[in-house]
Amino acid sequence: MVDILIIGSGGAGLSSALSAKQHGATVKVISKAYPTASQTSMAQGGINASLGNVTPDSTTSHIEDTIKSAHGLCDKEMVRWMCEDASSTIAWLERLGVPFDRTPNSKIAQRQLGGASSKRACYAQDYTGLKILHTLYDNCLKEGIEMIEEYMLLNLIVEEKVVLGATFLDIVRGEVQEIRANATIIATGGYGAIYKNFTTNSEGATGDGVASILRAGGELSDMEFVQFHPTALKGSSILISESARGEGGYLVNSKGERFIDELLSRDIVARAIASQIAQGEEVFLDVRHLGEEKLLKLMPQEVHLCKLHEGIDPATEIIPIKPVAHYTMGGIDVNSHLEVSKLKNCYAVGECSNAKLHGANRLGGNSLLEIVSLGRVAGKNAVEFLSQYTNKTESSTQLKVDQDYIDELFEEYPWELNFYDLQNELGEKFYNHVGIVRDNNQLNNTLNELRVIKASLDDMGIGDKNRENNSNLVEFLQFINMLEIGEVVIDSALIRDESRGAHFKEAFPNEEDKIYKAHSIFWIEDNALQNRLLKVTV
Amino acid sequence: MKIDIKRTNETVTYDIPFKSTTLLQALYHIKNHEENSLTFSSNCRSGICGTCAIRVNGKEVLACATMCGDGDLLEPLQYHEVQRDLKVNKQKARETLKTSMAWLQESKDTEIQEEQVSLTEKQSDCILCDSCYSACPVLEVNPNFIGPFALTRVYRYTADPRESDIKTPIDAIQTNGIWDCTLCGECTTVCPQGIDPKMDITMLRATSAQFGYSDPNFQAMDFGFGGGF
Repeated sequence: MVDILIIGSGGAGLSSALSAKQHGATVKVISKAYPTASQTSMAQGGINASLGNVTPDSTTSHIEDTIKSAHGLCDKEMVRWMCEDASSTIAWLERLGVPFDRTPNSKIAQRQLGGASSKRACYAQDYTGLKILHTLYDNCLKEGIEMIEEYMLLNLIVEEKVVLGATFLDIVRGEVQEIRANATIIATGGYGAIYKNFTTNSEGATGDGVASILRAGGELSDMEFVQFHPTALKGSSILISESARGEGGYLVNSKGERFIDELLSRDIVARAIASQIAQGEEVFLDVRHLGEEKLLKLMPQEVHLCKLHEGIDPATEIIPIKPVAHYTMGGIDVNSHLEVSKLKNCYAVGECSNAKLHGANRLGGNSLLEIVSLGRVAGKNAVEFLSQYTNKTESSTQLKVDQDYIDELFEEYPWELNFYDLQNELGEKFYNHVGIVRDNNQLNNTLNELRVIKASLDDMGIGDKNRENNSNLVEFLQFINMLEIGEVVIDSALIRDESRGAHFKEAFPNEEDKIYKAHSIFWIEDNALQNRLLKVTV
Repeated sequence: MKIDIKRTNETVTYDIPFKSTTLLQALYHIKNHEENSLTFSSNCRSGICGTCAIRVNGKEVLACATMCGDGDLLEPLQYHEVQRDLKVNKQKARETLKTSMAWLQESKDTEIQEEQVSLTEKQSDCILCDSCYSACPVLEVNPNFIGPFALTRVYRYTADPRESDIKTPIDAIQTNGIWDCTLCGECTTVCPQGIDPKMDITMLRATSAQFGYSDPNFQAMDFGFGGGF
């Protein structure tokens, strides 16, 4: 049996794999797609570290900016730890071979992102995530780390609150398999794909790990906090990086007027844009004054995407944009060791987790930092506690239960309702009613609609009855995960009658610290969702 | 418009009720509304995850980054095991990264200049979509050929100022590697990221010469002179 099972192969999963291997453990990395296909590849802007290579900076400023953006919901100790670790994280990536851009005096180049008090984000053009991810992947190959592709997480194997491994759908063969390990690290990414057609996230960001923790009796926290990125292409929801504004791009309305300081934090800018749109304005990103040469050097990817998806040349035309779901701050509740609340031998790291770093709103450049910095910590911690683990060989019924369920999907579900249509409807409803501006009546309506969909799952199922390479089956299982998580997102938004960071209710426009300076915690008990608010004390 | 898709057992024609759409959106339209069993791979929709490469009218493209044209013929990538319809198994191609040892061997602390980063900026834009591998005619005759993307990656690391052991990867790409390439440039033509593996292979040949390697094909040729002088 392998020491450590890592589920997910983005930046967090691969960093923890390299770290666990380095600390002497045997490691297996499992991924739904190919490792280099993960969401990390889409991160463009940069990775924060207060190196001060371009403008004066300090760890204290980085900590302060992060705490300010979190609106009281972060664990200041965790934030301090990550910000202090940032420079050694960058040094580690440097040693692995990440090709960061350089300043004229040969230091790592840094750029300004929204909410930062200095030029703090280290970058590699607008391909920062891609280059970090591929370099991590190359290093995993170098270290001979076993990576199993096209295995979709179904359920954790849990006996008496101890996680013994997990069951997976082997997508290629269409069989259910179990993998046991002494410790399990979940690094499966966020749940932004709930906002289908209104998110910058990839199709696979369906919160599979988050849902599996909920089903396994673990806890989720702060699920209502979903960051909307101010600038996605209007037609296709493709992301235009914050660096476009960091480098001096303007936001203008149909009249050509600027209406907001473009470098304020994402929640404020997104709300300002939403408000313009609500008033009937169209909103555009204007980078024409930067000039073609600079645009092609600094954001070649953006230029290409604008031309392809909107038929717009950013050097000569303004770019139509809208804010869309971009990052999920909430997730699997973990303690400061990254252990999952209420479960043993189980860790979570990266966007799937809530390590209380981003609170109510994440700073640009802090997510790449989190996945690498805390990814390494997760790997190290899992190894350090290895000797304490027991209960290694219990038999479990999980494999049989999951095999039976998949068989049922093939044999008994009727495919009378097309879940793809419902998924599109749900995505739009989440965008409009569980989005940038929220209202309790609309939240309740959406919750009811979601429950109706959930209750009719038995009428859906899959149209494709082939066992092998069945993406219809994968998409249906993802849809179920999103329904389960979506319910928690709405419930969390409902119980928070205030506005804080990315969560905004018009009827409750202020932060109400007395009651709500607290993490919203959800779990399943007696077959029902339970919740409590946990006051922030640190 | 109509498009043809080469599925596992037959080529099927589908109606796409849009005037303008990407190939990926067209595929999803079919899958979601007509034929749930249509199988293809995709993920990010933004041309960055490398998942959705297919062949259209004989040329490799990313389905998410290419507009759909009337009469297009969609086929799976070449030289990959076709798992189903347009979905292929990329594991064999990925093995070439291991064979060629495409990583930083021994990292040394060194100052890196701005222009040194620019030197391999393009090469490190690779998204591992396998388009170049599918377009490479050498794989038709030598299935063990390391192929374009792995060689580009080897070049990217050998040209990195941090690398202190260039010889190891250079040794690893002599057999089924740089000398098997015909420099036809098909890889360069299809790369969605504008990478030029042909040039990278040429550079690797020059570096190999510095380590005493030469073109084995050239050695094998006698040009009909019989070697008598």
